[in-house]
Amino acid sequence: MRFVDEFRDAELGRAVATEILGAVEPGRHYKLMEVCGGHTHAIYKYGVDDLLPENVELVHGPGCPVCVIPMGRVDDGIAIAREPGVIFTCFGDMLRVPGSDGSLLEAKAAGADVRMVYSPLDALRIAKANPAREVVFFAIGFETTAPSTALTLKRARAEGVRNFSCMCNHVTIVPPLRALLDSPDLRLDGFIGPGHVSTVVGARPFEFIPADYGKPVVIAGFEPLDVLHAIRMLLAQLAEGRRAVENQYTRVVPWEGNVRALEALAEVFELRPHFEWRGLGFISQSGLRLSDAYAELDAERRFAVPGVRVADPKACQCGEVLKGVIKPWECKVFGTACTPERPIGTCMVSSEGACAAYYNFGRFQRGERAAL
Amino acid sequence: MCLAIPGQIVAIVDEPNRLAQVEVAGVRRNVNVGLLDAPEGGALPGDWVLIHVGFAISRVDAEEARATRELLERMGAEYEQELAELRGSEIR
Ligand code: SF4
Repeated sequence: MRFVDEFRDAELGRAVATEILGAVEPGRHYKLMEVCGGHTHAIYKYGVDDLLPENVELVHGPGCPVCVIPMGRVDDGIAIAREPGVIFTCFGDMLRVPGSDGSLLEAKAAGADVRMVYSPLDALRIAKANPAREVVFFAIGFETTAPSTALTLKRARAEGVRNFSCMCNHVTIVPPLRALLDSPDLRLDGFIGPGHVSTVVGARPFEFIPADYGKPVVIAGFEPLDVLHAIRMLLAQLAEGRRAVENQYTRVVPWEGNVRALEALAEVFELRPHFEWRGLGFISQSGLRLSDAYAELDAERRFAVPGVRVADPKACQCGEVLKGVIKPWECKVFGTACTPERPIGTCMVSSEGACAAYYNFGRFQRGERAAL
Repeated sequence: MCLAIPGQIVAIVDEPNRLAQVEVAGVRRNVNVGLLDAPEGGALPGDWVLIHVGFAISRVDAEEARATRELLERMGAEYEQELAELRGSEIR
């Protein structure tokens, strides 16, 4: 793994940046989307875009699992959390996501038993330790996280844990990408593919992007130099007139994904006909729910949930941010009414969210900086 | 919750439930290694893995684990937060 050392090498960074410069056609504007919030984070933290020529623009995609949870799902979660006897568990990032009437953290302050867990297996442990209580796990995440929920549910069923259930908000990565590619709002030239999601799904699910839309995809790691390499590989494909899925992150991502994880997903979950995404609206076959075999562990069947669709707050432009139509700082409430301490939109909550990443690293788009 | 952090497997502690004790930045906790099961054998003591929400999601070599840890350490607050959440975990 000689090259990993070199990833910290500024010399190599400069060399890749020079190669990028050589690969772009002057006068052509390139829009590349980094799908994953982890990449957004790396780009802002390390100033990857400072190394790019002016005509290569990075836009942020929908790959932050916290950012895409709509208000109505938070409200449904809070409704379950307020049921007598319920212990409601979720990842720490979810606690501050605003619903139409406050967040889970506020529900907790008002008396609901809401607990942060590191793992769905911790939620299961809490259920086993509290047999007289109903323990609900609010599951979020893309294919990176969904197998963990699946294995936890398999174990709960095998052990006959009756007081455990899951409110499933897992989502899949391909449908929103297809929706973005079909949207007239955005003209993209290529995609930096998500690293961790691809450890599970592999490279194959992205093949529709070159095949159906004629655009390149490069799956990338999370080092700043991984991202830079991926950009160079995308630009090389565009320059050579090739369109394919390539894997820059072979150190971690196998082409065929993780067969065990995919089997667990297929057993425990099924696709919902539609699922609502914050700011993106309903996308067909984009969300997971528990399969009939796991119905008795489904919190949405065990509890009455309002299931009401709630429009995003007027001021919120998370949808445009998640589609890469605007930059975070172009949202009217960015950094004023909406901050990580008091978020209006979800993109300001998780550190993977584009707005939070911009806010935390004080990075502004080049155009904006030049204007200052 | 979005991070995948490197840890080294110390021992398999619960064979049927596929739980292994891992060491992450000096902290020892249990995680599930069932996603790494394969016909040629699953995760073994000494292996480096990337851990996400209490599950090992991929096996990496020692060099990749070191590089990932350094990257995360440079992230600062988010890695600290993830480690704090891991410390609070009691998977068994
Ligand atoms: S600043 Fe706040 S409301 Fe605006 S897009 Fe970002 S998270 Fe959403």
